Amino acid sequence: MSPSRQPDVLVAGAGVVGAGCAFALAREGLRVCLIDGGFVGGGSTASAMGHLVVMDDSEAELRLTAYSRHLWSELAKEMPADCEAEQRGTLWVAATDAEMAAARTKRDRYQSHGIAAEVVDEQLLMSMEPMLRRGLAGALHVSDDSVLYPPAAARHLADRARALGAELRENCTVERIDGRSVYVRERGGSTAVLSAGAVVNAAGIDAPLLTPGLPIVPRKGQLLITDRYPDFCNHQVVELGYLESAHTLGGPSVAFNVQPRATGQLLVGSSRELVGRDPEVNRELLGTMLQRAIHYMPQLASLVVTRSWTGFRPATPDALPLIGRWEGVDGLWIAAGHEGLGITLAPATAALIVDGILGRASAVDPTPFAPGRAMPNSHVPAAV
Amino acid sequence: MTNAEVEIVVDGRRVVVPAGTILAAALANEGVQAFRTSVTGQPRAPICGMGSCFECRVTVDGRPHQRSCLVPCEHGMVVDTASGGGA
Amino acid sequence: MTLVEKAPSSATDVVECDVAVVGGGPAGIAAAARAAESGAGTLLIDQGVHPGGQVWRHRNEADLPHVARRWIERLGRSGARVMTQSAVTDATPDGLLRVVRGRAGMSVRAGTVVIATGARELFIPYPGWTLPGAMGIGGGQAMLKGGLDVRGRRAVVAGSGPLILPVAAAMARSGALLQGVLEQASVGRLASFGTSLLRHPSKLIDGARYRSAFACTAYRTGSWIVRAEGDGRVERVVMTDGKRSWSRECDLLCCSYGLVPNVDLASLLGCVIDDGRVVVDDWQRTSVARILAAGEPTGIGGELAALTEGQIAGLVAAGRNPAGEAALTRGRSSWLRFSGQLATSFALRDELRHLAQADTIVCRCEDVPRSRLDPSWTARQAKLYTRTGMGPCQGAVCGAACHFLFGWPADRVRPPLGAPEVAAVAGSAIATDAGHPSESRA
Ligand SMILES: Cc1cc2nc3c(=O)[nH]c(=O)nc-3n(C[C@H](O)[C@H](O)[C@H](O)COP(=O)(O)OP(=O)(O)OC[C@H]3O[C@@H](n4cnc5c(N)ncnc54)[C@H](O)[C@@H]3O)c2cc1C
Ligand SMILES: Cc1cc2nc3c(=O)[nH]c(=O)nc-3n(C[C@H](O)[C@H](O)[C@H](O)COP(=O)(O)OP(=O)(O)OC[C@H]3O[C@@H](n4cnc5c(N)ncnc54)[C@H](O)[C@@H]3O)c2cc1C
Ligand code: FES
Repeated sequence: MSPSRQPDVLVAGAGVVGAGCAFALAREGLRVCLIDGGFVGGGSTASAMGHLVVMDDSEAELRLTAYSRHLWSELAKEMPADCEAEQRGTLWVAATDAEMAAARTKRDRYQSHGIAAEVVDEQLLMSMEPMLRRGLAGALHVSDDSVLYPPAAARHLADRARALGAELRENCTVERIDGRSVYVRERGGSTAVLSAGAVVNAAGIDAPLLTPGLPIVPRKGQLLITDRYPDFCNHQVVELGYLESAHTLGGPSVAFNVQPRATGQLLVGSSRELVGRDPEVNRELLGTMLQRAIHYMPQLASLVVTRSWTGFRPATPDALPLIGRWEGVDGLWIAAGHEGLGITLAPATAALIVDGILGRASAVDPTPFAPGRAMPNSHVPAAV
Repeated sequence: MTNAEVEIVVDGRRVVVPAGTILAAALANEGVQAFRTSVTGQPRAPICGMGSCFECRVTVDGRPHQRSCLVPCEHGMVVDTASGGGA
Repeated sequence: MTLVEKAPSSATDVVECDVAVVGGGPAGIAAAARAAESGAGTLLIDQGVHPGGQVWRHRNEADLPHVARRWIERLGRSGARVMTQSAVTDATPDGLLRVVRGRAGMSVRAGTVVIATGARELFIPYPGWTLPGAMGIGGGQAMLKGGLDVRGRRAVVAGSGPLILPVAAAMARSGALLQGVLEQASVGRLASFGTSLLRHPSKLIDGARYRSAFACTAYRTGSWIVRAEGDGRVERVVMTDGKRSWSRECDLLCCSYGLVPNVDLASLLGCVIDDGRVVVDDWQRTSVARILAAGEPTGIGGELAALTEGQIAGLVAAGRNPAGEAALTRGRSSWLRFSGQLATSFALRDELRHLAQADTIVCRCEDVPRSRLDPSWTARQAKLYTRTGMGPCQGAVCGAACHFLFGWPADRVRPPLGAPEVAAVAGSAIATDAGHPSESRA
């Protein structure tokens, strides 16, 4: 590798978040070095569903996801076909009247933020997704949500960064961040010390290894994909009860979540459990998850399965990502801890990081995401 | 048709084959060239004969993606292939 | 032999056994027979219509060679239960197997598991290999045994390995018009294989018998297929000996390059795998307690090696010491040598790495051409960036091809194996009954 001039910013971790930061920084004319111990998009990003979704657990989350979804739609204009970007829309399925009431509340909140959202009744829901079981109450339709294929999207962002002059180093592990000095080890064993004007820790679930004290734990998820059944399902279909399972860091949980891929395959989720970093498929939980999916979409039962897998969401105690300056270490920035929303939030995260580094105001107030903010006295176990 | 034979329906045609014939062989004998259409639209046919390549997938009794090399012909079986515009 | 005809009626039913043998080829049959004879409650699980595996695949027992009939009868007398048309789709090291029979899923709990899942063929991509009419050598043989009518069809059998002769012979006997029988290995290499055959005379006689079945077609060594051509199917094939090329009209092209051990189940179970083979000790024990492996998964050695290993595994699984049977332990080491010889004699020539052109499909499930693959990647990168190996075959075909072309080791195996339906993975009994779990979430 040719000796490069000292970069302005060194990004540690080339998942969708790090790749997104690298591209956003390079677009501002900064010299960027993007480093990954493996390869671009090979971490959590490789296992994710790629649902780009506005979520409203908190005001801060709603603003950031909405902003980010908008940024993705800009980026999508130049994305190649292998990123499989499609505006599918989300159907939040309400099974009961109580959930239907929650759907209406959610609609009002979305609309008040300028997010298109409509409540659909059972009849309309059945015409939109005929494979859903009878007897559901209805759904909330969020038409501008979309899906993409995360590892290809991360690769695309890294490629665009490189086209703007960023340097990409794969198979190069960051061993230590010491202020503006970064100690790296190449796959072959050679080591080097790199320095940069600023360093961004975007190492996903491994971010705490580089910046001790970051409150991130891996939260395992499982997915399953079927053979190709084009037209089986048209929207990303998620049960409204999902919100409940997604946002309490409790015991294992499952929720019905089905995504039609551009390939015609169906991606079926999802589960959440805190079990350290055991990558094995939890057969029992997979079974429960699939039974839940079949409960909502009975015909899923007879589709042919191609594969199941697991992945880890970088979870934080208050369910908000850690984005911004890490007080106490000069020049160190954090872009990590996005739990189940890292694909959605990559462009907004990158924007906040760029704004921070360049010292300008952001479109969304960054304070709720400050990495050093006070966290709820959580029961999150230490990273295993 | 004798006891040693079974009748199946291939792309709408009635076909009589010896009992015990594997569906993939029966389809090939029937002149089916394209068992399935690949993701870029090419015709494909069996290559492994033992269930591992998935090139012999056809629709059997309305179920898509069945590996015809693993399926013995059974009386009344209805099979749709890409040659018939089916799979 | 007790055929287990019906799957249990509900998903929660679990079949218990002392020994479960997965795969009913020679290795599995021998293992199940010896385990059951030794008093172990034994269950043989096989995907095929009858036990027999690839080499003893049959529709009619009368068509089988003597040794096969003898073993299948012995299995029948042994008291082992046999589940056919049943695929093991998942397994955990505690001996719990997930089995799918037809559309129904069920579970088997075994004290000891013997992995005898055989091998598949190595396909090396060449221009035209995706045309209908092009298949593997074993594939052609399986189709023939399944009832394929080859009378009057112009056939070429090419590639590498000891399967070429028997399959060419079977094609000729069944009425195919052989247009060429090609082995890529050079005469010199094969001579060394011949020498090793001298130590295994039964194999040599086989070779001579096969040759006489297509006496008028030249068996060319040092020759291989360059490409197949045709409009929507194979019509012509171009061959070469490295100096000269020639072409033949042809509508049935059987071409593959030897066998690849099926180690998916072993790797799901966490067994140590080295260079594509399950690592076993002299007693066929893998690195995982109570999981044994026999036959091709431990290395390509052929039918007699599989029988030897299978017997040892069966005895060990039943708690017996195989050292008492000197013939078996001697046989095992001699077959190990044979298997080494096989690999050297049929070593693949470098030219085969350059057959695929930029637009030649490498991953057939996802139609990924050679030009999209960067040799500096890993299998996982190729998969994530281009979908290579992500299709229904899960790399069964392209994974081995990429290993040969680029040296990429196989990517991780994930459950389920063998493409079952969602209901079977969900653990519910029958697809259409599924779908009413309790409302409360786990
Ligand atoms: C099952 C599942 C489904 C999901 N579905 C969705 C969804 O639908 N929508 C959504 O928005 N999000 C989803 N997510 C969440 C999403 O996957 C993550 O939030 C996101 O991928 C995090 O991206 P990242 O770049 O921070 O982390 P990663 O993708 O893990 O990237 C971190 C990178 O850092 C590298 N790295 C780590 N340590 C070092 C080091 N020391 N030196 C050099 N490099 C290092 C790693 O190799 C890795 O490539 C899902 C997650 C899971 C598990
Ligand atoms: C396609 C092919 C054709 C061959 N033809 C010949 C030949 O003509 N002559 C010759 O000498 N050798 C031939 N061989 C080699 C022959 O297979 C071996 O020499 C010998 O049969 C090894 O026995 P085995 O038991 O290890 O494997 P196999 O005979 O291959 O048996 C494996 C069995 O396991 C079953 N199985 C695999 N995975 C699962 C699962 N997950 N669940 C349930 N069942 C499973 C398969 O259906 C199969 O019945 C052939 C091999 C192949 C792959
Ligand atoms: S021919 Fe390969 S799976 Fe059927």
